[in-house]
Amino acid sequence: MTETVLEPVRKTPAEPALSVRDLSVSFHSDTRTVHAVDGVSYDVAPGEVLAVVGESGCGKSVTSMAAMGLLPPTARIGGSIRLGGRELVGAPEKELQKVRGKDIAMIFQEPMTSLNPVLTIGRQIGEVLRRHQGLSRKEAKARAVELLELVGIPAPARRIDEYPHQLSGGMRQRVMIAIAVACDPAVLIADEPTTALDVTVQAGILEVLQSLRERLGTAIVLVTHDLGVVADAADRVLVMYAGRAVEQAPVHDLFAAGRHPYTRGLLGAVLRPGGEGKRRLPEIPGLVPSLDSQPDACTFAPRCSRADDTCTGSRPGLRAVEREAGADASHRAACWHPYAETQADAEAQTDAETQADADGGTGSGTDTGTGPGTSAAAQEAGK
Amino acid sequence: MTKYLLTRLRQSLITLFLVSVVVFAGIRALPGDPALALAGEERSPEALAAIRESYGLNDNVVVQYGRFIGHALTGDLGTSSRTGLPVADAIGQALPVTLELAALSLLLAIVVGIGAGVVAAVRRGKPEEWLANAIALIGLSIPTFWLGIVLVLGFAIAVPVFAASGYVPFGTDPVDNLRRMVLPAIVLGSGLAAVVMRQTRAAMLDSLSADYVRTARAKGLSRGSVVGGHALRNSLVTVVTVLGLQLGHLISGAVVTEQIFVLPGFGKLTIDAVFTRDYATLQAVVLCTSAAYILINLLVDVVYSVIDPRIRLGGAR
Amino acid sequence: MTTATTALPTPPRASKRRAGGGKLRALRRNKLALTGGIIAAVFVLTALFAPLIAPYDPSQPDFGNVLAEPSAAHWLGTDDLGRDQLSRIVHGARASMQVGLVAVVLAFLVGVPLGLLAGYYGRFADTAVSRLTDTMLAFPFLVLAVGLAAILGPSLTNATIAIGISQIPAVIRITRAETLRLKHVDYVAAAVANGGGDGTVLFRHILPNATSALIVQATVGIPAAIIGEALLSFLGLGVQPPAPSLGVMLSGAQSFLAPAPWLAVFPGLAIVAATLAFNLLGDGLRDVLDPRGATR
Repeated sequence: MTETVLEPVRKTPAEPALSVRDLSVSFHSDTRTVHAVDGVSYDVAPGEVLAVVGESGCGKSVTSMAAMGLLPPTARIGGSIRLGGRELVGAPEKELQKVRGKDIAMIFQEPMTSLNPVLTIGRQIGEVLRRHQGLSRKEAKARAVELLELVGIPAPARRIDEYPHQLSGGMRQRVMIAIAVACDPAVLIADEPTTALDVTVQAGILEVLQSLRERLGTAIVLVTHDLGVVADAADRVLVMYAGRAVEQAPVHDLFAAGRHPYTRGLLGAVLRPGGEGKRRLPEIPGLVPSLDSQPDACTFAPRCSRADDTCTGSRPGLRAVEREAGADASHRAACWHPYAETQADAEAQTDAETQADADGGTGSGTDTGTGPGTSAAAQEAGK
Repeated sequence: MTKYLLTRLRQSLITLFLVSVVVFAGIRALPGDPALALAGEERSPEALAAIRESYGLNDNVVVQYGRFIGHALTGDLGTSSRTGLPVADAIGQALPVTLELAALSLLLAIVVGIGAGVVAAVRRGKPEEWLANAIALIGLSIPTFWLGIVLVLGFAIAVPVFAASGYVPFGTDPVDNLRRMVLPAIVLGSGLAAVVMRQTRAAMLDSLSADYVRTARAKGLSRGSVVGGHALRNSLVTVVTVLGLQLGHLISGAVVTEQIFVLPGFGKLTIDAVFTRDYATLQAVVLCTSAAYILINLLVDVVYSVIDPRIRLGGAR
Repeated sequence: MTTATTALPTPPRASKRRAGGGKLRALRRNKLALTGGIIAAVFVLTALFAPLIAPYDPSQPDFGNVLAEPSAAHWLGTDDLGRDQLSRIVHGARASMQVGLVAVVLAFLVGVPLGLLAGYYGRFADTAVSRLTDTMLAFPFLVLAVGLAAILGPSLTNATIAIGISQIPAVIRITRAETLRLKHVDYVAAAVANGGGDGTVLFRHILPNATSALIVQATVGIPAAIIGEALLSFLGLGVQPPAPSLGVMLSGAQSFLAPAPWLAVFPGLAIVAATLAFNLLGDGLRDVLDPRGATR
């Protein structure tokens, strides 16, 4: 699978399926304001898989919930989210209802709880078809069987009348995917779709997603903190840190030569000699800054070994890493002192070793397993 | 499903058996001669002897119990010492009154309680929620019998819209029947409505923040479908349970309500039996009430399992 | 950059739900609980010092002044025998409180040991106790009370017993649930491992930690008992006239609804105030002591 992923990145076509520009999301309460997302931009082309990567709380899930228009009323949203030329930010709820599930769909991290326990899965899939395509109950059911088949559920005609509790976690996530792709949406947002599942099941789910984008040309935004999943499934990667985009690159460029010190930190464990390539995000020294203090600075500076006065005094923008590249350069980083590509290999080595020591010291992040235990622990830590 | 219901049925039968033993023993635990108690006002030695004979009080206790149950099962609940008529007939006359009262109150409690509960949950933090909560709390703190008196003061004496007492069968005069039943139904249903409202609100708040509701919204469903089709559907499981647990209060409440509004129902029969020391009637009424209560709880479990497939299909919760 | 505040229909997810109005709501709830506590305290003090507070003898008739409207001399009017209603309410509160406390204590004395037994030893003890509670619950409260009154004869003591018995199942269930929960908590398991006897474990470790839940149950039980007393007395099964009781007063007032509505209003208000106060206090205590039950 790793082989197929590292294919050359597609040229972004003129019309992206989803275009996020300068998105900011903040939550206001009586006592304080939390900036969950701060000036994030990205495009996803039809048939492309964009991975959004970062630690828990970096704003990657909030970004996707904003695209779905599912943020709570306390959220303030700025910037622009365009879906096939239609502006979603500020659109009335009625309009959003017509778009959700039809043009843009989402699958969630928790397959065990994301399906309604008292309704048959057939009804839950059919519902979206009846809503958006005006199918009759009978037509919807027939189509639901096809969809279950599409997402690889055996004996779909029988499964259709079952309830969620009769299905395994992996099967439930496939049902969620069937619901999401029922109306053939232009964009599918998958928020940690495999985190709650066993490794073997994870691979199956990723395969389903891959085949969907190939067969249906769906643009997929894959939100994850699992770099193994990124390597397996993504075309391009957007790295987020503390509500901001810090680096964006084609997947092989990022893994080969990440420029942002944070990206390097993330990749540290992955690239460590002898490592087998699939790792949770490693621990990076220091704490993720609380999102309510957003100074005019690089938010990663307090944890960064390369930080200097520039970093604490002004905020770096997302810029092309190649001097000669234009504004649409595919590899961009938000850093005043990015790693240079030529030094990449040497530095990655030393960096990774330092990282390994740090990890050994903290006792976390060096866990080699990506099994369910680790997933659960990581998930819990993230909540 | 069948296995589950059979288990529940068996439990219910055991409880029913224990209840019948308690009722049977209760009458015999009366201080003094049970024949005296059963005889009521008629206390001549011949009458007492006749009662001992007809009730078989000279046999041993187990035999007596067996006969008591045997008779009860065939519909023979003894003879009222007050009227000299079969108790079963009195119950047959009282039952429709109480059933109508209970049905009307239940309807009121369900419609108002679930409606207000949903509104309170959906409009969380808004004046509607505050209002619904306040009314529910007051509703829970007002004793039914006082509410009855106040309503009579307001709507039968000050502004005579409804009648304060008496019963007219629905078949005889539907309008008059309802005119007399509305106040009792409000009195009896109000407490239940408050409980249902609180429970619905709590369950809805849980459901509305559940992942599957987020999924439903992500499907682009309308607000009505999300709230009604997904959140409420799940909340009903809890609400039905609570409703079932509260039906006992409905029975208790009916006794008082019928007393206030002078309705010739089950409750009135019970209280009258106590004051006229009509033990045959009392024994039958208590037995019937408890049996009805057990039956209702069993029915609630059946409904419960229909609503919640996890129980019906015996899967993991 | 366009800025928009989205107005989405459903509340935010659980984790964020408390962020906004949470504190405000807690404060308001505490104020309500405080108000409830004060009213409840006033009610208890009134009951304690009834003879000192009541302006008149509650059972002294005054046939020259029957069904008098509220006035300076008789703040809440007089009843059909010319008795001062305020004095009767004050003394009636005493009967209410007496029944409320005694019935709850009774229910606890029987229910707590049975609950501990069922929860701690399980197996046969649990089955037997659960069957017992089921049977008791099969009798609706009033039917039970009516039956007992019929057997024991109507009186305040018997009404208290009936109310106490009717509250036993709830106490058993709560104690049992708490015991089951606490049995598996580390420090209790440790006490068992250290060779603590059953008695030590039950009364040193489990019972003290179940106190919160039991206190909350008591604040539910007291208002229920107060209403129960009023109800039974109203039906003639509790306090017997001429002794003052809120229920007896309401029962008598029924005959004079049109000429003297105040007789029906004030005793009822007293009951509502008392039960509302205890319920508010209970809600507040539940939030503080027993967060798990907060949504009940």
